[in-house]
Amino acid sequence: MNRSATSPARRLFELLLTVGPGALWLVVFMLVPALLMLEASFLQRGPYGRLVGPYTVANYLRFFGFTPEGYDPLYLAILWRSAVFAVGVTVITLLLGYPLAFAIATSRRKEALLLLVVLPFWTNFLIRIYAWIVIFQRHGVVNALLGAFGLEPLHLYPSWFAVYVATVYTYLPFLVLPVYTAVERIDWTLLEAAQDLGAGRIRGFLHAVLPQTLPGIVAGVLLVFIPALGTFVISDLLGAGRVVLIGNVIQQQFGVVRDWAFGSAAAYVLMALVLLGLWGYARVAGEEGLDRLV
Amino acid sequence: MLKPPKRPENRTAVVELEGVRKVFDGETVALDGVSLTVYEGEFFSLLGPSGCGKTTLLRILGGFEVPDAGHVRIAGQDMKNVPPFRRPVNTVFQNYALFPHMTVFDNIAFGLRMRRLPAETVRKKVAWAIELVQIQGLERRRPHELSGGQKQRVALARALVNEPKVLLLDEPLGALDLKLRKQLQIELMRLQMELKITFVYVTHDQEEALVMSDRIAVMRSGRLEQVGLPEELYERPKTAFVARFLGRSNLIEARATAPDRVETPHGPLRVRGGLVPGRRYLLSIRPEKVRLARTPWNRPNAVIARVHDIVYTGAENQYILEAPGGELVAYTLNADISEPGYEEYDYGEKVYVYLPPENLVVIDEPIGNEPGTATL
Repeated sequence: MNRSATSPARRLFELLLTVGPGALWLVVFMLVPALLMLEASFLQRGPYGRLVGPYTVANYLRFFGFTPEGYDPLYLAILWRSAVFAVGVTVITLLLGYPLAFAIATSRRKEALLLLVVLPFWTNFLIRIYAWIVIFQRHGVVNALLGAFGLEPLHLYPSWFAVYVATVYTYLPFLVLPVYTAVERIDWTLLEAAQDLGAGRIRGFLHAVLPQTLPGIVAGVLLVFIPALGTFVISDLLGAGRVVLIGNVIQQQFGVVRDWAFGSAAAYVLMALVLLGLWGYARVAGEEGLDRLV
Repeated sequence: MLKPPKRPENRTAVVELEGVRKVFDGETVALDGVSLTVYEGEFFSLLGPSGCGKTTLLRILGGFEVPDAGHVRIAGQDMKNVPPFRRPVNTVFQNYALFPHMTVFDNIAFGLRMRRLPAETVRKKVAWAIELVQIQGLERRRPHELSGGQKQRVALARALVNEPKVLLLDEPLGALDLKLRKQLQIELMRLQMELKITFVYVTHDQEEALVMSDRIAVMRSGRLEQVGLPEELYERPKTAFVARFLGRSNLIEARATAPDRVETPHGPLRVRGGLVPGRRYLLSIRPEKVRLARTPWNRPNAVIARVHDIVYTGAENQYILEAPGGELVAYTLNADISEPGYEEYDYGEKVYVYLPPENLVVIDEPIGNEPGTATL
């Protein structure tokens, strides 16, 4: 049946039936809370942590360092540190995950190997992070091994190193899976065409294979970068309070400090940064990559 | 005539294969000892059904497969351990294999840039190739914005711009519709004659091979069945397979009773001679060379048959005839009906079928394995 032959009422009904539930979910559980938070970010912390008026931009000013006591870019420094951390984690994950995804996708036992990649998801996230403490602590697994070889114990926990390792570990599957999917779909005759036209191994890869996996890289990088930028559990547990990221700052405002207004403002700045990053990334990675992703 | 028939004598060999063998996964024999010479400037076709090894042979020439045994020489140089990117050949792939993220210009320039030619040279050569295949104005397009025919032209330009010694083409017109195919066939022949580049052309389309090639190698199950000029293969097939694969053929089992006489399921027939009495042969005659008549003629090799079916194809009438030894097929030209001797026959009609001795090709292959063979 021709689509244009259906009545407008029927088409509206079909639209509601397909897009409706998802849209409703997003409006109720994302758009409304986000707007409430936006309002909160312009309110103030009252006694006992209640949100009170009048509206002000003081929270934003404070985040950018303009305090009543003078200029102190404390939160900007944390934000910058978090961005560097997220970029670092993403780069390491990409360097580890890309070859891994390639090896899995071109292996004969790819189903089994892929299962190993997603296997950690079967265990609770917090338990897996605590496991890293067990591995890295003063009398942990690593130091026990070193001791067995007569080596001095290393200070691994709490440390930035431990936070990096656990974060890369946590988000590696999110990069491996989309890259794997892209590698599986590679048209290898393009590599043959490149070789036929005089490209050796390296240039053949760069010109004929890498571009085909770009959508997977784009997707994987986003899936790692965005959560890494907002992470607070990993830095809290493996940094033991010594590693403070923007995610920890925001979490503390909603928890211990009970300053929801400032927490909301910080969250909005972070969100703006992510959106800005996405926009810039889309320009660099090419719209095609994002098109295929979305 | 577009091209005069070329004879391979006094030519320089550019592709030489010697006992080339290729086995996949230790069991599937793709090529079973193929020896072949292709000469400079030749339009050489590898023709055969799918799975006959023709594409494997082409991939061996391109360097994408390594033969298990045998030698490959291109332009006099042994190709053992020579990777694809160091071979003096370029390939036009079956599904074009254009780089989707590059423009038409960049696709064509790819090979030149890999050779690190200066930008100005690249620009000139690409412009030349674009004009050669007549795709001016498409330089900035991406492959997904092109039609099938345009993609094919880009693929051709991308290969030809490197001026290879040999151009390898893997069923390049396979994905195109008939009209475009015919048009591109003519263009490919024009290009090949202009550039004087050796073409090795893989196809399963016998008509395409007959139209375009200087010489054809018919392949079957990893072996060369027959190599020759198109007219040699068509007029003097050496095997029943060739007779069947190129066009249609009536195949008749025969036993020689004299050097020029045979006994067949259709009765005794006369042939051109040179046969060993007592030996079994296979006779092949093309449907268009079978003559039909309503009343007996004073000619040898008459078989009385009945019209079983008529297939009207426009230019010709194809008669499926019930003869004593089985089915015979005869084509008659749908000619001027006022012409004396022009006849049309009806279903069930009795006809005199003449198999002229000079048109009966004797194949030294006693048993007709092919379906539809009249057996003794």
